[in-house]
Amino acid sequence: MTPASCLSRLEKLLGPGQVRSDPAERASYAVDGVLPSAVLLPNDPAEAAEVVRFAAAEKLAVIPCGARTKLGMGIPPSRYDLALDVTRLNQIAHYDPADLTLSVDAGLPLTQLSSVLAAQKQFLPLAVPFFAQTTIGGTIASGVDSPLRQLYGSARDFVIGAEFINGSGALTKSGGRVVKNVTGYDLHKLLIGSLGTLAVITRVNFRTFPLLPTRRGLVASFSSEQGVIELRRRIAASPLALSTLEILSPQMARLFAPINHSLAKPPLAPLGAWLAGSAWHLCAGFEGHPEVCDRYARDLSRLAEETQAVSAHLLDEAEHSTLGHSIGEAVPLLLNASPATVIFKMSLLPSHFDSAFAELREITDRASLPSALFARGSGTVYFALLPVTKDVQTFSRLARAATAVFELAACEGGHAMIPWCPTELKRSVNIWGLPRPDFALMQRVKTAFDPAGILSPGRFVGNL
Amino acid sequence: MLRSERVAQLRRRCPLAGSTAGQFPLYSGPGELSLDLFLMDARLVRKLDRLLGNGGVLRRPEELLLYEYDGSVEQGRPDCVVFPRTTEEISRIARLAAQFDVPLVGRGAGTGLSGGALAREGGVLVVFSRMNRILELDHENQRAVVQPGVVNLDLTRAVECAGLYFAPDPSSQMACTIGGNVAENAGGPHTLACGVTTNHVTGLELVLPGGEIIRIGGKTADPLGYDLTGLLVGSEGTLALITEITVKLSRLPEAVKTLLAVYDTVDDATETVAEITARGITPSACEMLDGWTLRVVEDFVHAGFPRDSAAVLLIEVEGLAEAVAAQAAAIHEVCRLHSAGEIRVARDARERDLLWKGRKNAFGAIGRVSPSYYVQDGVIPRSRLPQTLRRIEEIGRQFGFQIGNIFHAGDGNLHPIILFDQRDRAQFERAVSAAGEIMRYCVEVGGALTGEHGIGMEKDQLMPLLFSEADLDLMRRVREAFNPGGRLNPGKIIPAGKGCGEIRVRPLPAASTA
Repeated sequence: MTPASCLSRLEKLLGPGQVRSDPAERASYAVDGVLPSAVLLPNDPAEAAEVVRFAAAEKLAVIPCGARTKLGMGIPPSRYDLALDVTRLNQIAHYDPADLTLSVDAGLPLTQLSSVLAAQKQFLPLAVPFFAQTTIGGTIASGVDSPLRQLYGSARDFVIGAEFINGSGALTKSGGRVVKNVTGYDLHKLLIGSLGTLAVITRVNFRTFPLLPTRRGLVASFSSEQGVIELRRRIAASPLALSTLEILSPQMARLFAPINHSLAKPPLAPLGAWLAGSAWHLCAGFEGHPEVCDRYARDLSRLAEETQAVSAHLLDEAEHSTLGHSIGEAVPLLLNASPATVIFKMSLLPSHFDSAFAELREITDRASLPSALFARGSGTVYFALLPVTKDVQTFSRLARAATAVFELAACEGGHAMIPWCPTELKRSVNIWGLPRPDFALMQRVKTAFDPAGILSPGRFVGNL
Repeated sequence: MLRSERVAQLRRRCPLAGSTAGQFPLYSGPGELSLDLFLMDARLVRKLDRLLGNGGVLRRPEELLLYEYDGSVEQGRPDCVVFPRTTEEISRIARLAAQFDVPLVGRGAGTGLSGGALAREGGVLVVFSRMNRILELDHENQRAVVQPGVVNLDLTRAVECAGLYFAPDPSSQMACTIGGNVAENAGGPHTLACGVTTNHVTGLELVLPGGEIIRIGGKTADPLGYDLTGLLVGSEGTLALITEITVKLSRLPEAVKTLLAVYDTVDDATETVAEITARGITPSACEMLDGWTLRVVEDFVHAGFPRDSAAVLLIEVEGLAEAVAAQAAAIHEVCRLHSAGEIRVARDARERDLLWKGRKNAFGAIGRVSPSYYVQDGVIPRSRLPQTLRRIEEIGRQFGFQIGNIFHAGDGNLHPIILFDQRDRAQFERAVSAAGEIMRYCVEVGGALTGEHGIGMEKDQLMPLLFSEADLDLMRRVREAFNPGGRLNPGKIIPAGKGCGEIRVRPLPAASTA
């Protein structure tokens, strides 16, 4: 708890109305049920740095946040005194469309940035969950990924620099605003997915990408998972460079039914009958000049036929965009689908999909819980358990299943962790999965950035 | 002997001949490093000998001489050079170096251009040439696991049969090693569309300066926890010795088209590049040679560059046949719009190879016409290309040098080449000042100090142009987390802290390759 004297000093540090401590406000910043003593709203990075310096001196725990859509990720914080809300840092500092580079404040909503980019026929390949609410800082700090990584890579491939406040309260930066740069350590890469445990991100520099003239897609349906896996393999061995490649289990496809879409916040547009809930699906997206898209459509249709797809439906631009949006929002849809959704993120090699999917089915059967799965072509598999009740028995079954999933991923040469689950499960399961050989190095990195251990303490791997 | 004494002794050996002008260190003159000075503790050498066996350790001055240089204009002599074969041996070498408190430095093929692989403060130089095995090829998942001494091009040759290749292609790719590429986060002409080394590395095995062996990342994407692989790639050998590397392999494109656009003015060429970028066209490579450089190259390589032009652009597009056709048409249009006199398209692989031979052998060609040259590496926002090239020409005139330009125009990565005569001391000082002016301008227009060569011991003193003391302090703390005391590859990237009183002595520049 923060003594009242601290609050009044913070009020002096920031302007009026920038320190809030009424219970309702604090509750809306809860992390896994833990409430902060105060919520701070700095107007600029300098004010935010003052807050961190103050917190470091007073040994107060700070959790930086934006739209608060992903605060449930991570282990419950070991301490939480101050919520540092950066949504007032919301400017585009530099945008030079001719250079395809961008420097933007952490608190800016992703949707706002997207419309600015779209006006210049550019975009960031960040079709991330909670797209309508999320901020730039939250997207980067949470490390959520996007279907577009198939072609464009993940944030580590297009974040070219950052400005941030380290645990000592110093405003620091790394990288720059040019697309090719080896000046100094790439510290900004460490911030991606660090859940606010290393620094308070205040600004992120990106390279942007040109929007190509047309974007279309194809959905191929199969009666079994072998079909989708074989089609993925053939696409990977072909010269086709898809922008998205997603595999959906029948249960996942059912989740994309119009009824669930209408319940989503904000509601999602309904998809066509081509996404039947009884089949496995491979959803491919491609882009380019019309004649390039025609080539993709031709080749993909042929490959789908060769792999005995039950059906292959070509998507026009509108259908493709609607499906892309639904897949991007798969995580919130899953979270709405059960009172105790557990989502695993598994990093696997695509050649192991076959055995991994079979094992996951066994785990599902053993737990006798409903499940759903979607996988990205590059090897990331999201597997969700969707219990219908939220009781002690359910949690013990979930815990057993979690251990099995962690071990399965390790056996297949990859790893798994749980980005989203009920707080209750976090008491019995280490959401970060099995111990890592490089944990000692991570500890040292954490200490280098945050010597007093005040930034989001406890939330990261090994309670860092 | 304690390391601090050793460093002091090294510094005494290199007395500063003359005064320092401004921020830039001066050349100390040849012959001041005596070759008979051998300082390493004999017990350490005996232990290394025992560990590595016959031929595994070099320590005679005439043998060490070979390892005093890399591709840069810098110099630094190790006290001994070791050639381990296994990670375990490297770990033991690291423990011994720690025990005797001597510096430890890794080195691949020594083609680096910023002194990254030089033993700036002496010590043990670990050369990876015997660790040159490809450990695993996984065609289906497009991954390879290699030892650090594998030569860049050899990996591509090993997987070409499966329609794959290793994308980073520095001009030295016939000699440079993947370990060196990882340390420096190497680029190359085709990184414009394909990304630099860091975009192609998913896992590493490390030996820390204390000897611990640790694996980070792996074959799959998204390592759990902090992205240590992303930090290690490009850390210039200052955080750990890298003993095994897992890389992504890319699929060879179905179609490639190479164009040569010829210009009467440099401005037309640079404006073409700026407009290609602004229109959202992404060629796989977009290289520029100015008139002086292309003539020198043409006389040597006979690649077919028109000698009477002011600049040429070498542009390549690749991908699906339909996409290549569309992109080539768009590029044609932009080139015409900016008054390209001629646009040639390579008709076959032989013509394409010849054009690339001209580009990749340019530095050899320049070596024929100038006693010495100093290759710079700066990055600017691509929209600033025209004005930056004009400024470089101005700087050349102001300092009285011919400055050639051959560079990765598409990503704004400049390589101005200052021609001078190393025998003339005053000329060298002027060349260094001219280079500094160019770097300052790059930073001024929103650019960076290096795009692919690294900071090394060449530009550590320039880091404050870009980074505040708080930024550098955090970098120091991160280095300290891996490399306590900075005994691994000392004197690189981050300038020594304030008040240390270190005086930079720059040796005689040698002809470089890039």
